[in-house]
Amino acid sequence: MEKKKALFNYLLRLADNAAILGHKLSEWCGHGPELEEDIAIINTALDLLGHARSIYTYAGEVEGKGRDEDDIAFLRIEREYKNALICELPNGHYGDTIARQFLFDQFNYLVFSELVNSTDETVSAIAAKAIKEIRYHLRRSTEWTLRLGDGTEESHNRIQESFNDVWSYTGDLFVEDESDGLIVSAGIGPDLKIIRPIWREKVKAVLTEATLTTPEDGWMHSGSKEGRHTEHMGHLLSELQYMQRAYPECEW
Amino acid sequence: MERKDWPLWEVFVRSKAGLNHKHSGSLHAPDAEMAISNARDVYTRRSEGVSIWVVESKHIHSTLETDSDSMFDPNEDKIYRHPTFYDIPDEVGHM
Repeated sequence: MEKKKALFNYLLRLADNAAILGHKLSEWCGHGPELEEDIAIINTALDLLGHARSIYTYAGEVEGKGRDEDDIAFLRIEREYKNALICELPNGHYGDTIARQFLFDQFNYLVFSELVNSTDETVSAIAAKAIKEIRYHLRRSTEWTLRLGDGTEESHNRIQESFNDVWSYTGDLFVEDESDGLIVSAGIGPDLKIIRPIWREKVKAVLTEATLTTPEDGWMHSGSKEGRHTEHMGHLLSELQYMQRAYPECEW
Repeated sequence: MERKDWPLWEVFVRSKAGLNHKHSGSLHAPDAEMAISNARDVYTRRSEGVSIWVVESKHIHSTLETDSDSMFDPNEDKIYRHPTFYDIPDEVGHM
């Protein structure tokens, strides 16, 4: 595999994570449990959308086939999306959303902290801008994890269940393939084998402080890097892509 | 979620270094840390500020509207209370 193809794959994964999770969060718009929380979670969605846009644009340049951010974001089939499975899971109740968000934010933060020092100047510039927002996302989802975990008996039980339910999707974040190998050896992105134990330690520290039990690693879902998705992805894309499919090249 | 447990907070934002914190509005939050976080998301997402204060609304004491006459009216008719008889050099600027 050539380096250019590996970089394109790598960028797609980063951008798809942000775009798909941002899209899921946007479903909370107007439905947040509190007015302030509604605004806050949508700010996170908008931040992620911003990250996705700049990474898609760069991915289009790297690919060199003249595709822009919209072509890549809206006009692929399901198997061509490479977001981690955890990003496409349903929002559930607010505790489910917070559990998903905290686990992803912690991962995203560790990865982008390393991307800031990427040998690829564009990746490093995008990461330097994004990391400030990601740090805030992590702070916010950490605060909510602490409050729900160490809150009432009901909030404790419910978010514990959320973490138990989502846990089997976390292994997929750390699956490595040929593209990852090339990216790591070129100094473009971090080694996920190094990130994983740090991620687990950080997650466990917060869950412990929140009086929650960190689930044990058991059987894990995987497949996102080959574009194998959960049953939720098709429904998500039918909404996400509706306008571009129904009215090709429409702009507003 | 019940809102009854979430107190009201007043938000003060310093728009840039050197200026005073000004009242921006109010919001609900479960505690001070989340109030600051919510204030950041509600009031400073378009570069409106560099510093945020929050205080629980119940800690603010206020004049009563019914006291307006005795509190504020007598001030206007005593011109000697206003230092308007001095020439202020332009260099001093706004006082």
